[in-house]
Amino acid sequence: PLNLQESESENKLDGETASDSESRSEFGGPPAVPTSDDTPEVLNRALSNLSSRWKNWWVRGILTLAMITFFFIIIYLGPMVLMTIVMCVQIKCFHEIITIGYNVYHSYDLPWFRTLSWYFLLCVNYFFYGETVTDYFFTLVQREEPLRILSRYHRFISFALYLTGFCMFVLSLVKKHYRLQFYMFGWTHVTLLIVVTQSHLIIHNLFEGMIWFIVPISCVICNDIMAYMFGFFFGRTPLIKLSPKKTWEGFIGGFFATVLFGWLLSYVMSGYRCFTCPVEFNNDTNSFTVDCEPSELFQLQEYNIPLVLQPVLGWKTVRMFPFQIHSIALSTFASLIGPFGGFFASGFKRAFKIKDFANTIPGHGGIMDRFDCQYLMATFVNVYIASFIRGPNPSKLIQQFLTLRPDQQLHIFNTLKAHLVDKGLLGGSEDA
Amino acid sequence: EVDLEVRLVELDLRSDSDVPDVPPPTDSTPEILKRALSGLSARWKNWWIRGILSLAMISVFFLIIYLGSFMLMLLVLSIQVKCYHEIITIGYRVYHSYDLPWFRSLSWYFLLCVNYFFYGETIADYFAMFVQRREQLQFLIRYHRFISFALYLTGFCMFVLSLVKKHYRLQFYMFAWTHVTLLITVTQSHLVIQNLFEGMIWFLVPISSVICNDITAYIFGFFFGRTPLIKLSPKKTWEGFIGGFFSTVVFGFIFSYFLAQHQYFVCPVEYNSETNRFVTECEPSELFQMQKYSVPPLVQAVVGWEVVNMYPFQMHSIALSTFASLIGPFGGFFASGFKRAFKIKDFADTIPGHGGIMDRFDCQYLMATFVHVYITSFIRGPNPSKLLKQLLILQPEQQLSVYKTLKSHLLEKGILQPSMRG
Repeated sequence: PLNLQESESENKLDGETASDSESRSEFGGPPAVPTSDDTPEVLNRALSNLSSRWKNWWVRGILTLAMITFFFIIIYLGPMVLMTIVMCVQIKCFHEIITIGYNVYHSYDLPWFRTLSWYFLLCVNYFFYGETVTDYFFTLVQREEPLRILSRYHRFISFALYLTGFCMFVLSLVKKHYRLQFYMFGWTHVTLLIVVTQSHLIIHNLFEGMIWFIVPISCVICNDIMAYMFGFFFGRTPLIKLSPKKTWEGFIGGFFATVLFGWLLSYVMSGYRCFTCPVEFNNDTNSFTVDCEPSELFQLQEYNIPLVLQPVLGWKTVRMFPFQIHSIALSTFASLIGPFGGFFASGFKRAFKIKDFANTIPGHGGIMDRFDCQYLMATFVNVYIASFIRGPNPSKLIQQFLTLRPDQQLHIFNTLKAHLVDKGLLGGSEDA
Repeated sequence: EVDLEVRLVELDLRSDSDVPDVPPPTDSTPEILKRALSGLSARWKNWWIRGILSLAMISVFFLIIYLGSFMLMLLVLSIQVKCYHEIITIGYRVYHSYDLPWFRSLSWYFLLCVNYFFYGETIADYFAMFVQRREQLQFLIRYHRFISFALYLTGFCMFVLSLVKKHYRLQFYMFAWTHVTLLITVTQSHLVIQNLFEGMIWFLVPISSVICNDITAYIFGFFFGRTPLIKLSPKKTWEGFIGGFFSTVVFGFIFSYFLAQHQYFVCPVEYNSETNRFVTECEPSELFQMQKYSVPPLVQAVVGWEVVNMYPFQMHSIALSTFASLIGPFGGFFASGFKRAFKIKDFADTIPGHGGIMDRFDCQYLMATFVHVYITSFIRGPNPSKLLKQLLILQPEQQLSVYKTLKSHLLEKGILQPSMRG
């Protein structure tokens, strides 16, 4: 069977076509991923009376509410469950994109390739989790001997694992399938780059404080919904050829609505410690805790309203959290740049002639369809935090310090001491 | 455009083996060489050209080493840009995508962004003193990641806006091709520069081991080769592979012995703010101090010595040479597979007799990453000046608490005497 299929797959090697014109029969055929109707029976029966347009609308609406409810439940259950969910979403997205690759290249039968893709996913996840775990679970890691060795030589071990996969790939190259195999190799790596790195950035954001996880994701969801509604009611001017359903009215309306929403949501969330405190692992109870003195970002402050706005609002000063100013930056990004992630995914779907990434969620398509705008957002939040909010992690610095040579340690200690004395934080003759 | 479509339909319907080859590279051998070698037969002529060019490349290499670290950095950067250009050009040829809107500009733009990001991360560490003095640089360094990300996003948005209905798939392919190429060439070249800053010996020994393995495997294969090694590269043989392995280990061992004696090679490269130049001067670390090792009894009988003087670094060189001989060739096989997959004989024809720059550097890439991971795992701790820089950014309360922790640690270890001041 392999011989027959390999000649077929070579003939259908549509990896090099330039044109997507529908006039050619090979490309006007059925979409790569058949979209069977996945709606549960219950919903089907309940909505059997309505016309198909309204039925679709109701299915989408119900599923949206279901997903949002699910989101709230997960938040309630805590960081550990959130991390697990992020991990599952990541694996599902990876699986969806790789499956599309298989469908595009008709490459189900490439030797070892499924195994290798999952193996690479495992390697990259191992690398990233190792880096995160070492930072946040420092004390736990130091206590357990095997973990300590794994963490000390972590990069070397990850690299060795990756190399094994690389060598397996090279050894698996088969004469008739070289090009296909290289395509799938490239496809796998680009998918890993997109999916896995972003999901780990999300987890980093989460550890910074759940508010840094919830506000960005909600802003993107809100922008999706608001842009859709504004477009539905007021939409006239098309926005971009890639997505004909998007309109300028929806875009701008969604922008203002999202900024307002982010503002209000941050106001409500900043009051609660469980959202604003960094997630820490408590060694004694062996569980995650969110308990701390809120940083000044989350302490109410008085701001003077600019003179221009005073007559409009009637207040002279307003009390708000500094975080709300940051939330404006986050919502702005979610509304203006986030949609480009969506356009990218639309272009991708048109390029490969698929309607949805998969049909996991009835009415919505695959997991990737819901998360395409989130990816840019996660990276942006992480870069934002690293640049403007958080400094380096002190315990990580101490950990690095302890591995230096004594003379280097002394040098750093003396420089730090001189700096502190300079700033007046340390008396010149202080000894403790 | 109709012709393009027709051609590509034909391309699709043919099997892999029927796809016409990319036209053979033109002969770029200089006239002088051609005249000098006009008397010899074609086979010997090719051999001589390869030999002469090998010697020429090795001489250029030595010259650059003599000229110092800065020139080496420039050389690495030029090679990176050339490799990137070669691979992107292959992508254009494979996909016949010369006319994609904006795509050339976008590819070079992404190359610039990623290089900006990496240079900013490295430069900031090593030029800390230089940077402290200049306000604008401080701003750029402090918000470096944000600026790099903003630059990248601009390119991403430009890409999305440049998507044209008829060319969606091609554009996505070229986008992915560009990113994978960046991942391979740019990250590796920055790892090479990081290794270089650790000490020129960490740059020279790995590269020479790979070159030595190439040459000795070829020679062993030429004289003793019988059993083919892998279908991908029919010219490689097991005899060449194993012979190359042992020769490279011996070569690395001896070469490190000579290099370890000179401060120029062994010391980390540092930037001297006063003279505005790179200096390599230091107290050699214990890796590069001669130590006595007892020869194991088994080897004693063979070699006749009981004790041998060598540098600890030579042990590490064995690890490096082993990797260069056993795993490095996989990089070469990967490149061979790539060339067969896309039906090209060489990546380009920059170097007569050898092909493109990528052809010479395909084995080096895995090596550079390995050396970097090796150094960070087994040799070097964190970079002290980077650590200091991060300490100085902390909040004052955090600084105080870190200070107290460090002080108690140093007192405990006896590194700091209790009554010392300042």
